[in-house]
Amino acid sequence: MSSTIAEKILAKKAGLNEVESGQIVTVEPDVVLSHDNSAAIIGHFKKLEVDRVAIPERMAIILDHVVPAAKESDAINHQIIRNFVREQRIPNFFDVGRGICHQVLPEEGLYGPGSLVLGADSHTTTHGAFGAFAAGIGRSEVAVLWATGKLWLKVPESFKFNLIGKLPKWITPKDLTLTIMGEIRADGAIYKCVEFCGEGLHNMSIAGRMVLSNLSAEMGAKAGICHPDDKTIQWLKSRTDRQFEPVLPDDDAEYEGELTFDLSEVKASIAMPHTVDNFELARNLCDIELNQVLIGTCTNGRIEDLHLAAQVLKGRKISSNLRLLVFPASREIYIEASRDGTLAALAESGATIMNPGCGPCLGAHQGVMAPGEITLSTANRNFKGRMGCNKAEIYLGSPSTAAASAITGHITDPAEFI
Amino acid sequence: MKINGKIFKYGDDVNTDVIFPGKYTYLLMSNEEMAKHALEDLDPDFSEKCSEGDIIIAGKNFGCGSSREQAAIAIRAAGCKAIIAKSFARIFYRNCLNNGLFALTNSKIQEVAEIGNNIDIDLSAGKINTGGMEFDFHPPSKEVFGILEAGGLIPYTKMKLSGG
Repeated sequence: MSSTIAEKILAKKAGLNEVESGQIVTVEPDVVLSHDNSAAIIGHFKKLEVDRVAIPERMAIILDHVVPAAKESDAINHQIIRNFVREQRIPNFFDVGRGICHQVLPEEGLYGPGSLVLGADSHTTTHGAFGAFAAGIGRSEVAVLWATGKLWLKVPESFKFNLIGKLPKWITPKDLTLTIMGEIRADGAIYKCVEFCGEGLHNMSIAGRMVLSNLSAEMGAKAGICHPDDKTIQWLKSRTDRQFEPVLPDDDAEYEGELTFDLSEVKASIAMPHTVDNFELARNLCDIELNQVLIGTCTNGRIEDLHLAAQVLKGRKISSNLRLLVFPASREIYIEASRDGTLAALAESGATIMNPGCGPCLGAHQGVMAPGEITLSTANRNFKGRMGCNKAEIYLGSPSTAAASAITGHITDPAEFI
Repeated sequence: MKINGKIFKYGDDVNTDVIFPGKYTYLLMSNEEMAKHALEDLDPDFSEKCSEGDIIIAGKNFGCGSSREQAAIAIRAAGCKAIIAKSFARIFYRNCLNNGLFALTNSKIQEVAEIGNNIDIDLSAGKINTGGMEFDFHPPSKEVFGILEAGGLIPYTKMKLSGG
């Protein structure tokens, strides 16, 4: 039988020779991810009345959602988690300031192509960028994984995105993904594993692939896997000594469908309020005046995103009508951007440089909005109320569009600054 | 394991707001109370008409919207033991099985199934019988069987860990 990547990885992790889509299997993931929600998961874990977690080295806990703690209740949550980590001797614990979980995990080399990553966060799909099968699950499910190391999964059908050509200057994988979502809509890939492949993908950096996999969650996908190649292997070599066996689909594997996108045709794109598939070109939205611009999050807080923003902003000033907030996705990225002058260039333009973490993306702190305000964000969700105020509006765009718009004060196609 | 009951039938895109309205999600409720509100905004009589073992047959994207686990809990608590739909929203699907409610994807049965008619599901054999027609499906894994029989993932895991 011929198999897709999802079928191959899930068969291996279930200890079976082969599986087919629709089948339910019991798998043993390589990494089980959780973040500040670990405090709630500890509550579920205690209901199971076991003393110790099954495989502490397969767990990864990263504090990133509300860091540093904004309120006493956040601080208590962090404290509960730190105590549990100590008590259970969990080696892969990353405290306040290390970065966003979806950036820290690959930086620490905790998995690779062919791995299975499950996490109590919907954007766990990000890890598909390295050829892993990675999916978000519920909190009680993570508690069960802590206790047993095993969980059931349904083998998904697969859908293929064939990417051809090369993105134009200033146009990013974010623009591409917003374009794809505008076309297939927010429920276009429900329960499916989407695979990204083709020369367009292989031309793309690892950071760009992480954007594709990250936003797969917003299409309803269970996982979003980029076909691994030499770039994947080279990137991981600098992070870990572990050997991985890249998994690729069989030539005659069955797909539910296939779409081809020509990268050279992608333009600066925006998702308008309040859904990720509410697509429009940036150049058609220049009458949208902004109060805040956010560059960062698990979608677009990587070094090349900051470089792109700095290229646009260097030697220019941001509009006096808005705030520009910059959140490097991890401490590593913060240090690199600090050493190469990127952070200085951004700060000189008027940006406020914040600590690594999720920032205001989920509306908890560090830049929540007031009624009537509009933010342009490089994040992945623009749902009503997402940034802490249900009378505010969020537009989603790329780091270059965000930087260009911060200068003019309204949504701006970065082409204007070439 | 067998499920036997009468059929309830609904269309496409039944969302978790009509299954279990958002206004109740932060009220502490027992399963019995949640059952009373199951499918309240789609079929207000559902909870009253539903008996233990009944089955919902629906169209595509059943359970879309919020990930609230109460949507699955409320339907199960009302007595319903299985949902057969053309497709499910992913998190709702997991919430069903993890709360002892069998969820099955099938796109053919909708043509044959009639409201109020009897339906038999044999989980071990992977067979459904209704209206004189038989449909096959891939039987769930041993693990999922166990979860359904125990009434959910947490009780199942607890039982297993204590050697049950």
